[in-house]
Parts: sequence; C-alpha cells; structure tokens
Amino acid sequence: MKDRELRRLEEAIAEISDIARHFGLDFFPMRYEICPADIIYTFGAYGMPTRYSHWSFGKSFRLMKMHYDLGLSKIYELVINSDPCYAFLLDGNTLIQNKLIVAHVLAHSDFFKHNVRFRHTNRNMVESMAAAAERIRGYELEYGAEEVERFLDAALSIQEHIDPSVIHPYGLDRLRAEEAKRREEERRRKEKRTVTHEDLWRLDDDWEPEGETKPAGPGSPPPEKDLLWFIIKHSRHLEPWQQDVLGLIREEMYYFWPQLETKIMNEGWASYWHLRIMRELDLSPEETIEFARLNASVLQPSRFGLNPYLLGLKIFEDIEKRYGRDMLFEVREFDMDTSFIRNYLTKELTEELDLYVFEKKGPEWRVSDKAWENVREQLIRSRINGGFPYIVAVDGDYRMAGELYLRHEYEGIELDLKYAEKTLPYVVRLWGKPVHLETVVENKKVLFSHDGTKHTRKFLN
Amino acid sequence: MTQPGFIVSREDWSLHRKGYQDQLRHEQKVREAIRRNLPDLLTEERIIISDGRQVVKVPIRSMDEYKFRYNLQKMKHVGQGNGRSKVGDVIAADPVSGPGGRGGGAGDAAGEDVYETEIELSTLEDILFGELELPNLERKEKDLFSVTDIRFNDIRKTGAMGNLDKKRTILENLRRNALNRTPRVGGISPDDLRFKTWEEVRRPESNAVVLAIMDTSGSMGAFEKFVARSFYFWMVRFLRSKYEHVDIVFIAHHTEAKEVTEDEFFHRGESGGTICSSAYQLALDIIGERYPPGRYNIYPFHFSDGDNLSSDNDRCVQLLRRLIGHSSLFGYGEINQYNRTSTLMAAYRNIRDPRFRTCLIREKGDVYHALKTFFSAGGNRA
Repeated sequence: MKDRELRRLEEAIAEISDIARHFGLDFFPMRYEICPADIIYTFGAYGMPTRYSHWSFGKSFRLMKMHYDLGLSKIYELVINSDPCYAFLLDGNTLIQNKLIVAHVLAHSDFFKHNVRFRHTNRNMVESMAAAAERIRGYELEYGAEEVERFLDAALSIQEHIDPSVIHPYGLDRLRAEEAKRREEERRRKEKRTVTHEDLWRLDDDWEPEGETKPAGPGSPPPEKDLLWFIIKHSRHLEPWQQDVLGLIREEMYYFWPQLETKIMNEGWASYWHLRIMRELDLSPEETIEFARLNASVLQPSRFGLNPYLLGLKIFEDIEKRYGRDMLFEVREFDMDTSFIRNYLTKELTEELDLYVFEKKGPEWRVSDKAWENVREQLIRSRINGGFPYIVAVDGDYRMAGELYLRHEYEGIELDLKYAEKTLPYVVRLWGKPVHLETVVENKKVLFSHDGTKHTRKFLN
Repeated sequence: MTQPGFIVSREDWSLHRKGYQDQLRHEQKVREAIRRNLPDLLTEERIIISDGRQVVKVPIRSMDEYKFRYNLQKMKHVGQGNGRSKVGDVIAADPVSGPGGRGGGAGDAAGEDVYETEIELSTLEDILFGELELPNLERKEKDLFSVTDIRFNDIRKTGAMGNLDKKRTILENLRRNALNRTPRVGGISPDDLRFKTWEEVRRPESNAVVLAIMDTSGSMGAFEKFVARSFYFWMVRFLRSKYEHVDIVFIAHHTEAKEVTEDEFFHRGESGGTICSSAYQLALDIIGERYPPGRYNIYPFHFSDGDNLSSDNDRCVQLLRRLIGHSSLFGYGEINQYNRTSTLMAAYRNIRDPRFRTCLIREKGDVYHALKTFFSAGGNRA
C-alpha cells in the first residue's frame, strides 16, 4: 500500500468513525494494522498475534492459507477483543473493501466493549497470550519440545470444558478465590491458636487444614463442569509446569468463550452497522457496485448450516422494526446467541429465511422439519455450551482408587464415540490414573474407561 | 473530530514465520504418521490405481485433534433454503464409495476414523525409498558410457568451414586491425578465423530389466494379484530412481508360461495346475534373446501361492540356479494367506545365494516387508 493510499484510508476511517459514533456506537480506541496474507492467516489460525506453538495451529494455518491461495475463501479482516482494539486488514484490500471492513470492526469493537458476556474478559489478552507463549517456550527449553507437545496434545483435547456461567461468584479467579478462602480459614484457625506470624505457617507446604474445616477432599467434590480446573486442583500427577500450562489454556479459553456464545449476535450486529454506515458514505457508482458484491458474498445463505452474519442481521433488523432502534442497543448488551434466538426469532422470520431442520436418514441428509418452534429449538440446542457436549467431573476418587469419573449430561445427542475413546487416553495422561466417562448410547447408560493401556466399555445398571 | 482515536500502521512482518514453523511441525507429524502407516499406505488402492497422478488423497490415522464432541451423524442441524424448501427434500447424500470417505463421517461407521490428507506421491516415495537400498549393485562395464548429446562449447583456430564462428572471426579481425591502428572490419586473414568445436557429452547409462513372473493358475485370486501388483508398482518406481531406464517384462504362467501385457498380467485369470519351471525357462530365453546380463541389471521376481506340481520342483531349483547366476537379485514371494504348507518354498529352502531372497506374504501389509526384504543390504531371509 502506498503512502497516498494510506492517507486516503486514514481519511476514510476518520469519517466512518464519526458516523459510527453519531449512530451511538461506542468502541475501544482502534489500532489498524495492514498485513500481508500469510500474517492475517497466521493470526486467524492462532486467534491472536502471538500465541504458543502447537502443530494444530500449523494445520489450520496450512488449510486456511491453501484456501486463500486457491481462491476458495478469503479473510478480509481480523479483529481482537482488546483495549485498544486491534484490527488487521489484508494488504491488497481495495479502499471500498477497507471501508466496509472498518465499519464492520467498529461494531465488533462496540460489541466487545458492551456485551455483558465480555465483561470479564481480559482486555490485555494480546500481551497476556504473548507472555503465556513465552512461558511455554521456556518449558520447551527446559523439558523438551516433544514433552511439552505431548502435554499440549492432552490439554487441548479438553480445553472447551470450562464453566463459563457469569453468575459464578469467582469466575476466572477461582483458583485465587479458593486460595483466599483457604487462607481466610487458616487465619481464623491460627487466631484461635493465637499464632500471629502467619507467614511462617504459609511457608510450610505440607500444612493441611484438619478437622471440621477440612475442605471436601478429592473423593467428594460436587460435580464440576470446569474439567480443567478440576484437574489442576485434584490431579496428583501433574508437575508444576504442567499445572501452569493447563491454567494458561484455561485462561485463554475463558477469553475466547464469549465469542463462541455470541457468534450470531456479534456478526449480525457488525453486519447491521456496516450496512447503515456504508449508506451514509458518498460512494461512486463503481464503489456502490463493488460494495454490493462484497456485501452479498458476506451475507450468502448456506444450505448446510446458518450464515451467522445473515441470520444475526435479519434478527436485528426485525427487532428494530418491532421495537425501535434503542431496543437494539439493549439486546446487544444483555443477550447471547441462545437467548437472542429464543427471544427474537419469530415464526415470520423463520419462514422468510426458509429455515429448516435437516438430519441424516440412511445415506441421505433430508429436510425433516419446518415447524418454526422446532427450528428455533434446534438452533438453540446447537448453540448451548458453545456447541460442545456438557461433561462434568463427578468423582476424583472413583473406586477409592483415585480414578476420575466423568459424566456426560446427556440431552438427546450422542457423543461421537470414536472421538470419545480417542480422547480418554489424553485425560488419563493429565489425571495419571484410569479415567471413566459415563454417557448414553442408544438410550442405555454406558461407561467408557481407559486405564492407560486399554479401553473397556460396559453397560450400566 | 478532534482526537482521531485510531492509528493505522504497516509493519514489516517478513520475520514473522510462526505459522510456517508450526505448519512444518504438522508436516513432520504427517510424515511420521506416514512412516508408521507405510505398510498400509503402500497397498492403498487409490495409489496403486492412480498411476501417474502425482497427488493422492490417503487416509492418515491418528492425525486428528480428538476431543469430546457430538456425533454429527446422529444430530439434527439447521439449514437455510432458497424459499421453496419442503420436508423430505434431499440436500446432500454420502458418496457411494465405501467406508472412510468423508472426514466428518466418523462415529457410527464400523471402519476406523480417518483423517484424509493429500500426499504427493514423491513424498511417499522419499520416505519409502529412504528405507530401501539396492543389494548387489554392479556397474555393467560395457555400458559405463554412452553418447547421449553433442554440445558446441569450445572455440578453436582450426576446423571445418561449416563450423565457422562468424561473430568471433569478425571480432578477431577488428581486434587485429585495431592493434594496427586501423579500427575497422576488413581484410580477414586466415589468422582471424575461429571455429566452433563440439564436445561429446558422455553420461553413464545403466539399464535394468524386471522380469515380473506371476502364477496365474486357478488358485491365484484377486488378493494375490493385488499384492503382486502393489509390489511391482513400488518396485518399478524404486528401480527407476536408481536406473536410467527400467524395462518390465510380464510373464504369466500356469502349466505353461507366456509373455503378456501388463493389463493381461493383472486382469486375466487362468485356471488349471501350476508348473513354475515353464516360467523360469521362458525367463532364461528372454534374457538370452533381449537382455544380455553384461549390459542389464536383471531383477526377476516370482509371485506364486507356492502350489507347484511337486514333480516339477527339482527342475525349478535347477533353472532357478541358472537364473540367479544372471541376476542382480531374484526374489520369490509366496502369497499364502491361509498358511498352507507349501511345496515351492520348501524346495527353495536349501538355495543359499546372496542374490536370492524369499518372502512370505500373508496380508496386504506384508508388501512393505517384501520390499524391505528384497531391497535391503543384508536382506533378512524370511
């Protein structure tokens, strides 16, 4: 990009930002970076400018880059939830493409800043992840890249299993909260004993609270959805560096999670606003045509899934029609995809968009249902828990042998059993002892187990 | 606006190689997976049949990122129609080709889950050929050099007029005149003449011939032929990496032998009994007529289920010894799925020669072991 083009882009950004503010969008200070394709695709694969190394990122980078090289797909932009908010623009975008993208990312930035699901996300995550990458790099040097890779393979296999409920009293800081609670109890006990130098006590690693204040041991913790946390806390097998890596992965997942559960809303919001903002600009006929073409490609419907940009946009437009624009801002603040769909996807909209439920019948995928409530219900289900199975740890001392017992909270959709069986050995690697997973297959309770060398499965009750 | 609230920047990203580094690691892992799965991959039909295509999709087991996930096949999904969809519309169907087709289809299929990746045939060859080597490699003296090209690459003062280099002649003339303070072209003397001369480019040429002998008697079924075919596929590719030129002669035999085309070799089924000596005699005849051992590296390979007419065994051993005498390597592969006590393998047990190797093949994966047995320095006798 030449300096002259850069200046024109800056002028356009200033104008678009003014329009966006005028509309009531309130975004973080923006940092736009213009990058070549391989950098954009690197960031796309890692989800962040700097992140630790793992072959799975290389795998997705290769795939994305290949699709780009073959002209199958193109990322025009990438935006990071941070303060200031980073947006990466593909070098080679035309000015009109960049205008649309800037309008789009400003709305994303507004969404990050105001949606309640993002309230507790770390806005310095760019730096935090870079620091985490540095730490993991250090472990690679100390323990060997292969060892770290083996551990990451295992840790990443359950990375989605955190507990993202916002009503959680301690959220991300759970470890610290528990530690604080423990210290508080300790302090009270020591006060009773009239010991004042509590620092001395804390140096004593083996000191365990006893008697009536002893916290629930690994044998009887309540069912825990946050598997990463459960393992960090209760696995007796992990080395300190491994606990640290698990903690880092958990923290990164907490950061990414709100994006998983607001995908439709967030893209719908950004699309709604890029359309409105672009309409305010003075475009030449050629620019108008190019804009229309790009916009159409962004909003193209999909037969085998839902284009979140299109669905989100349509719902937001429908809300505006029914309740006025002020309502939009309220929705973007308090909803997430599941509630957004439950509250605002109407019969008329379902029919207008020609949404349907489809499923596999024999070798064919067929449209099986068009009743709007069922479509809505299915859509909500697919968004629950980010689309991942809900699995809880129910026992860390199963059979009194320190084995881990996991339970899939079955809600009508079976697990991919092959995958489940391939995942269990990874959990064993983290737990250090046999791991069991209870789930439902063909309406029967089944227990899958792995003891480090072999699989077993048996029917329960 | 007073404060812009934004910054636009362009940095030099050329040192940012992270994506490529982890891509490399992923490729390494794919290669490791390929290496681990070599026995299976070598008999992957898509490769054996692909003949010529340079990129093949092959299933690599264990390269997926496993996690707890739903069985997509048993799930309901939501899609969007063009405004006219109705219940019962078919929107997609699984490809009819057998198991292991689509990547997303893991779960209820009985087959193994499969991560498909595209591999360049050359990558697979690199890995495989890295493990193989030619035993008993001999230079065939008479063929050490053969003229393949003539190159004009030198200039001399004498030569045939037809090879006169006009440009250089004029340059010489100009130079000579300039030395005499008359810088011009003219008055060309014999001393100015320059001639192009050529050089014969001699390259060592080496030839090899593979005598692919296969039992096509009634007892040789589809499996046996597939094994033989896979073996020859890789062997020919391997030999081509070592020799300039590799000929293949296909000899099919039951009670009598004849030279056939490749297509007939693999697709025509015969029936009846087995007399292997007929094939060995034909091989000897062909060598005598077309492939003098002084000029060719000869690789006869014989694949059979070993069920030979027992009265023929002595004659087989006799002819085999003569064939071995002409060959760089003779390999006998016995395809014996059901562990029959064979006659031919027993007869060959006493032949001790570094240029004779045998291998027992019970399943597809053994093609790899056959290659390793025949093409290794020591050659572990099976």
